[in-house]
Amino acid sequence: MISILPPKAPPRTVEFEIDGIPVRAPEGSTILDACRANAKQVPTLCFLDTLHPVNVCRVCVVEVEGSRVLVPSCSRKVEPGMKVRTDSERVRHSRKMVLEFLDSSVDLSTTPDVADWKAAYGCDSERYGPPAPLAPAGTRDHAHAGHHDAPDPDYRATVAQPVKVDNSLYVRAYEKCILCYKCVEACGTDFQNSFAIGVAGRGFAARISTEFAVALPESACVYCGNCIAVCPTGALMAKPEWDKRADGTWDESRQTQTDTICPYCGVGCTLTLHVQDNEILKATSPFDQTVTRGNLCIKGRFGWQYVQNRRQAEPTA
Amino acid sequence: MDLKLLNAEATAEERAAIDAALLAPSPIGASGIFAKRHLLLPALEAAQARVGWISEGAFTYICATLEVPPAEAYGVMTFYALLTPAPRARRVVHVCEDVACKARGADALIAELERAAGPAAHHVPAGDRILIGDDDVAWLPSPCLGLCDQAPAAFVQIAGERPVEELFGDVTVDRLRAAMGGALAIARVPRPRLPQAGDPSLRLLRRVDVADPTSLDDYRAHGGYEALRIALEIGPDAVIREVTDSKLMGRGGAAFPTGRKWDAVAKQPVRPHYLICNADESEPGTFKDRAIMEGDPFALIEAMTLAAYATACDYGFIYLRGEYPLAYERLANAIARARARGLLGENIMGSGFSFDLEIRKGAGAYICGEETAIFNSIEGFRGEPRNKPPFPVQSGVFGKPTAINNVETLVNVLDIVRFGGPAFAAIGTEGSTGTKLFCLSGHVAVPGVYEVPFGATLRDLIELAGGVAGSGRIRAILLGGAAGVFVGPDDLDMPLTFEGVRASQATLGSGVIMVFDDTVELLPMLQRIAAFFRDESCGQCVPCRVGTVRQEEALARIAAGKPRGGVATEISLLDEVGLAMKDASICGLGQTAYSALESAIHRLDLFGEQTGR
Amino acid sequence: MLFLWGSNARETHPIFFHHVLKGIHNGTKVVSVDPRCTPTAQWAHRYLPIRVGTDIALANAMAREIIDARLANEPFIARATAGFDAYRASLDRYTLAYAERETGIDAGLIREAAHLYARADRAMICWTLGITEHHNAVDNVLSLINLALLTGHVGRYGSGLNPLRGQNNVQGGGDMGAIPNRFVGFQDIRDPEVCETFARAWGVPQKNEYGKTMTQMFEAIEHGEMRSLFVIGENPVQSEADQHKTKHVLSSLDHLVVFDIFMTKTAELADVVLPSAAGWCESEGTVVNSERRVQRIRKALEPPGEARDEIAVLCDLARRLGTDWGELSAEQVWDEVRAMAPAMFGGMSYARLEQEQGLRWPCPDESHPGTMYLHERLWHEPRSGLPAPFSVVEHELPLEQADADYPFVLTTGRRLADYNTGVQSGGFTSPLRRSESLDMHPDDVGRLGFADGQSVRISSRRGSVVAPVRTDPTMQRGLVFMTPHFQDDVRVNELTIDATDPKSGTAEFKACAVKLEPLEVVPERELRAHAGSVGD
Repeated sequence: MISILPPKAPPRTVEFEIDGIPVRAPEGSTILDACRANAKQVPTLCFLDTLHPVNVCRVCVVEVEGSRVLVPSCSRKVEPGMKVRTDSERVRHSRKMVLEFLDSSVDLSTTPDVADWKAAYGCDSERYGPPAPLAPAGTRDHAHAGHHDAPDPDYRATVAQPVKVDNSLYVRAYEKCILCYKCVEACGTDFQNSFAIGVAGRGFAARISTEFAVALPESACVYCGNCIAVCPTGALMAKPEWDKRADGTWDESRQTQTDTICPYCGVGCTLTLHVQDNEILKATSPFDQTVTRGNLCIKGRFGWQYVQNRRQAEPTA
Repeated sequence: MDLKLLNAEATAEERAAIDAALLAPSPIGASGIFAKRHLLLPALEAAQARVGWISEGAFTYICATLEVPPAEAYGVMTFYALLTPAPRARRVVHVCEDVACKARGADALIAELERAAGPAAHHVPAGDRILIGDDDVAWLPSPCLGLCDQAPAAFVQIAGERPVEELFGDVTVDRLRAAMGGALAIARVPRPRLPQAGDPSLRLLRRVDVADPTSLDDYRAHGGYEALRIALEIGPDAVIREVTDSKLMGRGGAAFPTGRKWDAVAKQPVRPHYLICNADESEPGTFKDRAIMEGDPFALIEAMTLAAYATACDYGFIYLRGEYPLAYERLANAIARARARGLLGENIMGSGFSFDLEIRKGAGAYICGEETAIFNSIEGFRGEPRNKPPFPVQSGVFGKPTAINNVETLVNVLDIVRFGGPAFAAIGTEGSTGTKLFCLSGHVAVPGVYEVPFGATLRDLIELAGGVAGSGRIRAILLGGAAGVFVGPDDLDMPLTFEGVRASQATLGSGVIMVFDDTVELLPMLQRIAAFFRDESCGQCVPCRVGTVRQEEALARIAAGKPRGGVATEISLLDEVGLAMKDASICGLGQTAYSALESAIHRLDLFGEQTGR
Repeated sequence: MLFLWGSNARETHPIFFHHVLKGIHNGTKVVSVDPRCTPTAQWAHRYLPIRVGTDIALANAMAREIIDARLANEPFIARATAGFDAYRASLDRYTLAYAERETGIDAGLIREAAHLYARADRAMICWTLGITEHHNAVDNVLSLINLALLTGHVGRYGSGLNPLRGQNNVQGGGDMGAIPNRFVGFQDIRDPEVCETFARAWGVPQKNEYGKTMTQMFEAIEHGEMRSLFVIGENPVQSEADQHKTKHVLSSLDHLVVFDIFMTKTAELADVVLPSAAGWCESEGTVVNSERRVQRIRKALEPPGEARDEIAVLCDLARRLGTDWGELSAEQVWDEVRAMAPAMFGGMSYARLEQEQGLRWPCPDESHPGTMYLHERLWHEPRSGLPAPFSVVEHELPLEQADADYPFVLTTGRRLADYNTGVQSGGFTSPLRRSESLDMHPDDVGRLGFADGQSVRISSRRGSVVAPVRTDPTMQRGLVFMTPHFQDDVRVNELTIDATDPKSGTAEFKACAVKLEPLEVVPERELRAHAGSVGD
């Protein structure tokens, strides 16, 4: 009836090769883990340590000898004797194309690192033609699976669409969405289990959506903002940051980040306060924090405003 | 689970239809918070079939009943082309615009339809309906309906208390208008008889158009259930040995040795095991499995029972494409009759072996023919392929060991067990044993499904189908389907074996041989293939989601005479896009989405003049 | 398996609940005991819809069932506990049938829950205010401890008991000695040796007698024995039960000093208000969370206006009162805590707290990794230390029961986006926020002829408020629910009873009797009067 936990056996070591160099990694690690441990640069977009790998962006692909196609390093486990190439011609070609595909269809202006990768892999998104004119709001939301309009030979298709502002706490700028599934995972079984959003539609019309594309206040959203935390492109952004970026006053060089503990319940979530000019602009939590794994609730994520509200009152003794 | 549902009520008729769909008991081992989720697609299909679209009320009722979060269910609903989340007509006609029908006048038909009945329904704003007579109807273009031997084809759905679904061949505008008006009898053209019907050399098609497909007695009179009787006598290990000895390779396109697959599943200690028959025959130009399921449904049921016995599977699914209503009817009848005679269910033939199965209907998604996408679709998730490994034999549907085989593969096993693996291996060639079904369509005199022993050449097959029709001169032959390759008149002596096509850098794919005479313009065919892959990409991975768009756009620019930097530049762009899709996509759809285009451009030198090569 | 007893953790401890959800997906069986079918209960494997205030009847009946089914952990009881025979004897009347009658929970369900708990390899009981906001709060907790002792679900990884703390430093407050009977590190004030140690360290003689709980202080004020009060970071005018009385008591003081980050309703009554820096983001220090983890809080902002750091203000105050502590940093104060309670905090330097994302006490020295779970000693062979005692506790109904005059039971609790009296959570606009409502079962709404959204008067023996009805199928019949979040608009604590637990001093916020009346005439004047309290 009662057991004491058995001691965990240390994982066995797997020996294999990366770019011709013999390396070792604990059994069960992914190729990406091993690359990082051996200082091999591998770009990632849809990968995050705290989430189940969905391996959909394909920017982390590597070549494994004997495999007909490239493999996603973020999810493929290392095997003894495996020969991995992280920078072969095929790998570079696929990464370049994936980045071009994304850059030519999505606004990546607030995605960290992408500008460097584009330069490194020699991307040229303009060769697909100029971007198509903005479609009316809701066009993408109501696209029917299995049907699309014939392409216009003068333009390239993009996911451009008006930003969704339907609540006071955060905005959804799906023109910046690369469909990495992270927000869906964070809202779903990986953490929050609210399932307020899912991937809807199919193919190029696939999109992140609530049921029937209803506004967030009608949805199951509980405004924990854990989707914002994992969004790699800034498609999901807290309102103060969005507004400050819009009016040009967002300046990360003037910001400090200070870790403290959330003032609400007794769980003890670490809050990283992002402060500019003695004003909190956003709260996050570190992904390596054992209590939160980067997650917060509505109060932790947005509930700090009361501290600032005192500033207007200028308390006196 | 703390579900938050929309504030919308289902009508009484919607509720009744959904409840009826959920009645069928299903001993499925799903557990955890999504234990009832596998019923999502059947429930959505029932709501759609009742009123012609899925209302917020019906949707909400389904979410509450099955405990599926609405955003998740919406993601599933909007994944399928046959499900409609906005008000739509009760009668809907899906008119095939795919390659085989295009080669036989689909474009003109659709143009005429547009003139007669207005724009297609995916362009009509929600709520705005086209009226014919006193009932509302709509039409939509459709990808291949698997009726290429009767091109052009259409699929009619009439929602209601007794919903009607029917596939129509040889359609004309007049027949379509009759169908849209509800006069189905006027629209109906009889199915053509199997060209080789009754030919004693047939093995897979032996009973088609010979035995009554609705009669179990007739099936038994023609050798039915002989294989299962033998299997139960010799035991599962011996069955797998025969299948291994037969060197049977999967007929779904991947050509994996069936014996090895079965052996791997049989040896998995985890229980239960599941068996899935992949009957989502959606590869453009393919209709061979339909011929079996419509013409010899008991053979599939017997073969699945036998496969389940060999692999220790507890339960089975036939994942049937949604556009095959007659196959559904015939299979459902066969299952019911087999069950009534103790050939399914508990203690089959008194052997102590128990097995049962059910049909799951697809809802318009080519990608659901991909084996791992089928698992997700059955489980009530979006039909997105999974990354492999893990492989289905280890972790398939519901995370359990799963044997998944194509219809044709399974039916082959009956003769293997009856006559022995070595006898089967003696047919065909060293590397390709047994017989093979080919789907002849396009410009051949007698389109249809043909069965030949492996080793026959392309020329043999075309001659079997009465030779080249149309101008009588071949421009191109699409081999293997939209995911296959175009070959030219120089390739007619290619032996259609796994090794033969590999040597010619071609593929058998799903057995498609689509012939285009020299009056056919190939570029529009390529554009249609590109549009098909764009429509059918699940959208999960970037190379396929965007790559299929970029290749369609490049073709559109060439077709419009507006190539960026010249046709040669566009071709190298297409090659680059194609290579990335092939190398970096998750599944076979993206990996083969450029295949046919590439062969037309390079093998057939489609743009030779424009590039000065 | 996990019991969530009187806890709506899905909404009140959302990040803790993430960990529960991981368990649920991995097959952990969760049993929820709650009068409301909360979002937490909706995730549970089994939901036990308990009648408010009958927790001991349930716990004791489970215990009796566990013993009768021979599922008690007899070797553990023999080795590690005391008082089992008396406890077993006391369970005599707690049959499943009795418990079903008292708690309203199906006897089969009680039996199933008892078996799930007793048969589990590892099991935990977590509770929140549903257990502790009762007049017999300590007995409620003891009844749960009894269950853990009975089954041996204590002192092992993945087992034990955990009160989920409702505030970020409620654990730390007690740990630091901000309770009337303990010095820092739970050292007993009455222990002469302890007293002597502190007297020596501080150079001030220590009275070795217990101080007063807040309830006792209020009584002392009422009786004129206490004439001045220093309130730090509390808003008793709105947070305490029976608001009329609290306000009256505080107004009778000679001198009231309030040290707070806000001009609260309590501060409005004060003679002196000292504006404070917000502890968690405008000053340095530590807090202790629900898993006993000491965590660093850090200064991210300069406090506004004349608001000052708490330590600096207290040092100034000490100086004015004649003792110069100099300028103390938070770290210096913490190091004194470590020195005075070395068994608990000795090993927790600021450097380690930084490095190791906090540490869980006890952590006696710098090489100690901190302690993941307590009471492991109970499993030592032979047992070390004193045996863990069973306690005989008896079921007692809440002081107020529904009766002919006041036919409904009012219970209170938090919502996800709001917090306590709303002083903090009111500072941000939440799309989830809706104003106060009276949540009722649809049958009750129908029976009284109310309509959803209709304003009704809710009256207890102490006061009366007006709020709109909200039909809520997760409620039990006969039970109504309100929150403490909107005291400016609807002073729910005018209704609640100040019946407090003699041992803990906690008030019975979870149960009082009310009656509900429709407002016949549009009560504009009355509504204005209530709305007017925002600015009064």
